[in-house]
Amino acid sequence: MTPGQRRWVFLVAGIGFVAFFLWGLSGLPGFGNYPGPYGPAILRVAVAQTRATGVVSAINFDYRGFDTVGEEFILFAAAAGVSIVLRRLRGEHERSALDQAADRHVPSTSDAVRMVALLFTGPVVVAGWWLASHAQTSPSGGFQGGVVLATAFVLIYLAGEFLVFKRFSPVTLTDVVEAVGAGGFAAVGLSAVLMGLPYLTNFLPLGQVPGAVSSSGTIALISFFVGLEVAAAFILIVGELLEQTLLIRRGGS
Amino acid sequence: MSLLTAAHTPYTVPLAMMDALQITILVLVAAGATAVVLIREPVRQVLALTVYGVLLAVLFLAFQAPDVTLSELTVGAVVLPVVLLLTLAKVRKREE
Amino acid sequence: MMSVFPFIVVAWILSVGLYGVVTSRHLVHQIICLIVVQSSTYVLLLGVGYVTGAVAPYFFDVPDHTPAVDPVVQALALTDVVVEAAVTALLLSFAIQAHKRFGTLDPHELVSLKG
Repeated sequence: MTPGQRRWVFLVAGIGFVAFFLWGLSGLPGFGNYPGPYGPAILRVAVAQTRATGVVSAINFDYRGFDTVGEEFILFAAAAGVSIVLRRLRGEHERSALDQAADRHVPSTSDAVRMVALLFTGPVVVAGWWLASHAQTSPSGGFQGGVVLATAFVLIYLAGEFLVFKRFSPVTLTDVVEAVGAGGFAAVGLSAVLMGLPYLTNFLPLGQVPGAVSSSGTIALISFFVGLEVAAAFILIVGELLEQTLLIRRGGS
Repeated sequence: MSLLTAAHTPYTVPLAMMDALQITILVLVAAGATAVVLIREPVRQVLALTVYGVLLAVLFLAFQAPDVTLSELTVGAVVLPVVLLLTLAKVRKREE
Repeated sequence: MMSVFPFIVVAWILSVGLYGVVTSRHLVHQIICLIVVQSSTYVLLLGVGYVTGAVAPYFFDVPDHTPAVDPVVQALALTDVVVEAAVTALLLSFAIQAHKRFGTLDPHELVSLKG
């Protein structure tokens, strides 16, 4: 089947699919008239029950904590998958970070980029930690904080060379941190089971003031672990891809 | 457009302005998605994807979802372009 | 009009992304079009949960029990965004290995898999 024929088949099938999709969407209540019982039910009790003013994080780590465990392990598996798929194959060896060809000169990083990246690394790390540890008060949480923390390491790579990046985040240390994050989340859930409660029950003292940093029990703790895990996963992924740019193949393919 | 609802709105801007903002940013997002798909060259497409990520973040903000805005901003404007550009660098190096 | 327009935009983004995936000649272009398709689901989730005239579900600066938008779909979309980035990285690593083995990133030439 030629590409032209394929395009016609797709057009026919695509129009049918879009027609069905629009028909399904027309059954929804209009935009802005959300009727469903689940949302208002949670909003009515969330702040009083968990002492957390950030209801979205309370849902993520308490009411629907089990879903978040699943999502976090998708992340874990994806990072592991990247490491496995991009392993060094037989016949490849690593060359040094500068280009080896005789007639090519790779320009070093410009001073402006270096200065801006260095200036921003500190505040970005602080912002990431703040986000990861304040899940219960404001729009923050483990996932966003973790990604922002990983961004700080990308800034380090931009400011220097790949070798500096490797020194700041050696693979073994990042692996351990990721495992601690993922395992910590599961362990917090399991410690509820050890006390005779269902898995992932919020059993720590809830605190008095809604939205204080030390309130809301396990939500803050889980958010911290999730932040660690997400940051480590993304640092691993970026590190693996960076290493790929160094590998060259010996001989023909 | 809806000017008033049954619930008392705690906004300081009138509802019509919120509607106008949402419609504008939805049109921009649709245009951005079309642009991302129609650009064929991968490196330029990565730049278009960055702009699309920022537009999506503004859309999520207009839908009263600041958490999702933060995630989309960090992921769509930093992590995804970095990962895509590294892949393209690796692929291009082998074509030399 | 405002009650259906976001969903029309969702259908548009989905179909445009699908068109890009089907008619693509470069694996990385295909993966980026897949990202566009995923983004349509985020817009759909948040569009379903929106309440006109309501604020974001955070109560540290507004009094408790202010009408707020649905927080459950926001929680879903939030984890969705971060996790799909990691899955996209996994897809890109597959593309790198395909290029190493076959020397090309054109899906039409990758069809016949040789050893």
